[in-house]
Amino acid sequence: MKDIGQMVAEHPFFEGLAAEHATLIAGCGGLAVYDPGAYLARAGSPAEHFFLIRHGKVALEVRPPGQDTFILDSVSAGEMMGWAWLYEPYVWQFDARAMDLVRVIEFDGACLRGKCEADPALGYDLMKRFARVMVQRFVDTRLQLMDVYGSRD
Amino acid sequence: MAVGTERAAASADDVWVPRPWVVRSATREIGDTVTLEIEPRDASAARPVAPGQFMMLYIFGVGEVPISVSGTGPTSGLLHTVRDVGAVTHALCNLGVGDVLGARGPFGSAWPIDEHKGCDVVIAAGGIGLAPLRPVVRHVLERRGEYDDVVVLYGSRQPDQLLYTPEFERWRAAGIQVEVTVDHADQTWDGHIGVVPTLVRHARFQVDEAAAFLCGPEVMMRFMAQELVDRGVVPERIHLSLERNMKCAVGMCGRCQLGPEFLCLDGPVFPWTRVERLMAVPEL
Repeated sequence: MKDIGQMVAEHPFFEGLAAEHATLIAGCGGLAVYDPGAYLARAGSPAEHFFLIRHGKVALEVRPPGQDTFILDSVSAGEMMGWAWLYEPYVWQFDARAMDLVRVIEFDGACLRGKCEADPALGYDLMKRFARVMVQRFVDTRLQLMDVYGSRD
Repeated sequence: MAVGTERAAASADDVWVPRPWVVRSATREIGDTVTLEIEPRDASAARPVAPGQFMMLYIFGVGEVPISVSGTGPTSGLLHTVRDVGAVTHALCNLGVGDVLGARGPFGSAWPIDEHKGCDVVIAAGGIGLAPLRPVVRHVLERRGEYDDVVVLYGSRQPDQLLYTPEFERWRAAGIQVEVTVDHADQTWDGHIGVVPTLVRHARFQVDEAAAFLCGPEVMMRFMAQELVDRGVVPERIHLSLERNMKCAVGMCGRCQLGPEFLCLDGPVFPWTRVERLMAVPEL
């Protein structure tokens, strides 16, 4: 079986990562499995982790008061989930529910923040990777907000 | 662009005159969308149709609309999937078996599927945009060995607005990768959530050997084409179907003009490289 360092290096989110950085990051990670319906994160709870999805699909959800739960986005194998651990107050904004059997590498946020503070090159590399995903999801959300399937399609 | 002799020759036939066609079946696909199978009352009115082309369907006393061919029926009929969005489409959606409508065509350019034999094929659709692409899927299914990996990426606003879902399992059984997403859903949905271009990131195909066929809302196609190009697909191998307010269908009235292009005649299927710049001009 591959060790976490190999899994980190091979995950698309960390494509091209320097070997020494992969080792540092892997030191904060562990494997986890979530059964269908289990929650990886709950809105309002401390955001202590982020996840590299290795298998399965995770729904990002919100439950408006008095209404049914609403799925905002889904994150699948090969993608990263969770950036609330990066910024104070380190609190999840949305629920994250396993839509099927989900296998992840789960990273300890405090551990990784400490390593980023100590090694600015690692921190900068990591921030660039998170920023790219954030921008992509921002663009996707804008397109979603356009509701393109209106009467003109 | 001037109307050339080829165009004049093309319109010299009986293309202006709607011929009577009979509804053989009417199937409600989803709430506001119906698939009609129609056949010419006089068999001599039938013309060969290529995937991607459209017909002008005419409801007497109401009006005429362009509707893409979404397949062929069990016999010699043509399938048209119509969404109820206006007076004419409302009337079309309420036709029953045996009713007569007017039809002329087919018109327009076709998907260049045969040019990409041996390639991976990406078929990406949004909303009712899957209708003009279903003949491409069926074409590939009938000639599965002539194409490598085939991917269908399809999205709609919500799960109950997805077209042709009963066919998806048959497509998957034939080795086609079918990825479906919706913009919004509740917890009963177990597929992807998000816009169609995000599906490209989950699709498995060789980017340098892929041809892509896109149909859906224009803004979706723009983002999808860009996503494909970013991933490495050759821009010249991306084709899309554009629809504007087509009226005459033979490049005479100019209602569907997009810059120098008459969508009804030069299109509706275009290479991405030919219309990319035009699609970015708000005034067009």
